[in-house]
Amino acid sequence: MPGSTAQTGTQRLQRLLALVPYVVSRNVVGLADTAAAFGVSERELVDDLNLLWCVELRSPDPYCPIDLSYEGGEIMVSEAESIGRPLRLAVDEASALLVALRMLAELSVPGGEAPGSEALSRTIAKLEAAAGEAAAVSAQVQVQVDKRYADGILGQVRAAVDRGRRIHLRYYVPGRDEATERDVDPMRLLVVEGRTYLEGWCRRAEAVRLFRLDRVLGFEVLDVAAEVPPGAEPVDVDQGLFRPSEQDVLVVLDLRPAAHWVAEYYPCESEERRGEVLRVTLRTPDTQWVRRLALRLGEDGQVIAPAELAARVGADAAAALAQYAA
Amino acid sequence: MSRRKTERLLGLVVCLLSTRRSLTAAQIREAVPGYPDSFDAFKRMFERDKEELRELGIPLETDSAKAGDEEAGYRIQREAYELPEITLEPDEAAVLGLAARVWHRAELAGAAAGALLKLRAAGIDAEDTTQPGIEPRVQTGESSFGPLWEAVRDRRPVTFAYRAAGRSGTQQRRLEPWGVVNRHGRWYVAGHDTDRDAARVFRLSRIEGTVSFSGPAGSVVVPPGTDVRELVKDWDFSPPMQRTARLRVRTGAGYGLRRSAVEQRQDGEGWDELQVPFREIDWFADYLASFGPDVIALEPPDLREAVIGRLKGVPQ
Repeated sequence: MPGSTAQTGTQRLQRLLALVPYVVSRNVVGLADTAAAFGVSERELVDDLNLLWCVELRSPDPYCPIDLSYEGGEIMVSEAESIGRPLRLAVDEASALLVALRMLAELSVPGGEAPGSEALSRTIAKLEAAAGEAAAVSAQVQVQVDKRYADGILGQVRAAVDRGRRIHLRYYVPGRDEATERDVDPMRLLVVEGRTYLEGWCRRAEAVRLFRLDRVLGFEVLDVAAEVPPGAEPVDVDQGLFRPSEQDVLVVLDLRPAAHWVAEYYPCESEERRGEVLRVTLRTPDTQWVRRLALRLGEDGQVIAPAELAARVGADAAAALAQYAA
Repeated sequence: MSRRKTERLLGLVVCLLSTRRSLTAAQIREAVPGYPDSFDAFKRMFERDKEELRELGIPLETDSAKAGDEEAGYRIQREAYELPEITLEPDEAAVLGLAARVWHRAELAGAAAGALLKLRAAGIDAEDTTQPGIEPRVQTGESSFGPLWEAVRDRRPVTFAYRAAGRSGTQQRRLEPWGVVNRHGRWYVAGHDTDRDAARVFRLSRIEGTVSFSGPAGSVVVPPGTDVRELVKDWDFSPPMQRTARLRVRTGAGYGLRRSAVEQRQDGEGWDELQVPFREIDWFADYLASFGPDVIALEPPDLREAVIGRLKGVPQ
C-alpha cells in the first residue's frame, strides 16, 4: 500500500527529528529504554541511529553533521548540529493536549488528590507558552463534561477511589424506576461520552458495574478497605461501555420521524428505512427500559418484537388510562 | 517513503537549519546528496520535498524578493523551528500523560501522541506508568469530526447535508465554522450560516454524507469575542422551569420525579402526591407517560390531556 508506506516514512522522519533531542536532553540513554519510549524495536532504533549518523552534507566540503555512538547499549550524541531541539508543536498536536487538559480541569476537584486542579493549570500555562501561536486554535475545540450531579459527590467519590475505601451507594436505575442499595468497592472514575461514571466491584451483583454519578441518590464512604477481587476486569472503555451480548433480547422498534432520535440515543444493531418509518434493532439484557421508552413514544413508536413486550406496553397504557378514567 | 528519501529529507532539514543565509535551489542541490542530475527532475523532486516538510510543520521559508537576485532563497529559521524550553514538574508530567490518553482511538489521538513525542524529546518524562484513579475519554464517532476540525483549524468554509431534528429529509447547508464543541458527550459545530446570515449550531451526528470545503483556507473570520461554548449552550438551552405539576405517584416508584419534587406528601394507601416543576410540556408529558400506571398527572389540565394523548397513541 503506497499510502501506508508514505505514512511510515513521514512518521520515521518525525521520529528521527525527535530522537536526537531525546538523547541530547538526557545525555546518555539506554537502547532498550529509548526503543520502548519511541515504540519501536531495538533493531529499528539501531537502523534509525545509523541513518542519522550517515547523514552527509557536501558543501562547501563534505561533512557529517551528526555524530553519535551506541556502544554497549548506551546512546550518546556528541554532535547534534542544528537538530538538537525538537520541532515545535503543530496546531493539531497543541490542540489535542490543550483540549484534553482543559477537559480534565473541568473534572478536577480543588484540594483533591492527583491530578489536582493546580497542577493542571500550571501545565496548561506552560504548554500554551511553549506552543505559542499553535495554541490559539485550541480554544475553538471544547469538551464539556456533564456535571448535573449533586455538588461535592465527585470529590467524595475520587477520594474514595484514591484511598481505596468501600462505599455504600443508593443508586437510581431509571430503566426499572427503582432505587437500589449496594456496597461497591471502587476501581476507577470514568468519563465517557460526556458522562462521569464510577466503576467498581458491586458486592450485590458480584460483578464489575458502572454507576453514573448523576443517578447516585445517596453516598457513604465506609470505614472498610475496598476489596476488588483479582479477577475483576475493568471495562474496556474504548470498546464502548455497553456491549450487547449474545444472550441479550433482540428488540425491534418502528419509529416515526418524531421518534427517530431514538436511533441516535441508543446503540442500534441495524437501521432500515421504510418510507417515513425507521425500523431499528437493538440488543439489551433488560427490556424494562424499552417498555418505558415505548410508553413515552406513544403513537410515534411501536414495539414489533418481542411480542410479549409489545403486549406488556399495551397493557401498561391501558392500565394507566383506566386510572385517568376513574 | 524509501530510506533514501528519508535520508535526503533529513539532510535537507539539517542543511536549511544550519545555514545563516538563505540558499538557492542550486546551492541546495550541491549540498544535499540524493537529488537527480537533471535540473528539471531535481526541481520537481525539490518542490515535493518542500511540500512534505511543510506538511510536517517545518517552517521552511522562501524569500524571493532579494534585490538584483532573481532566484528564490530557502532556509529554516531556528527560532521558528525549535520548541521553546519547557520543563515540567513530576505532577505536571503526570497530568500531561493522562491528557494524552484522553483521545485514545479518537480523531486527535495521533496528534496527541505526536505532541507527547516532541515533549519527551525536549526532556520531559511523561510516562503513563501510574494507574490513575480516573480515566477520561473523548470519542469522535462522527465521520464529520475530522473535516470540521480541519475547517476550523484552517479557517475554511464548508458545506454539508443536514437532517434537522424531527425531519426525515436533509438540506444542504453552508457554514463558516467557528468551533467544535462536545457538550454532554455530543459534538456540535457552531458558526456563521451563510444562507441564513446568522449564527447557527449543528449537531455532528445529524450531518449526512461528506463535509466538503467550499472556500480557501484563511477565508473564515471568527468574530472577536466569540465563545463557541456559550453558543452551543444557548442552542441547547432549556427554558427556566415555569410551571409546577401536581402528580399522584405510587409509593416506591417515580424516583426520578421524587428527586426534583418541591413538595411530597402521602396521599392515601400506596400513593404519594408530588409537586414537580417542569419546563416543556411535551417533553414532560412523554416522561410521565413512560411511568405507565405508576404516575398520574392531576394538574395542570393541559399536561393531563397531553399524557392521556400519549398513552392513547400506544399501539394496542
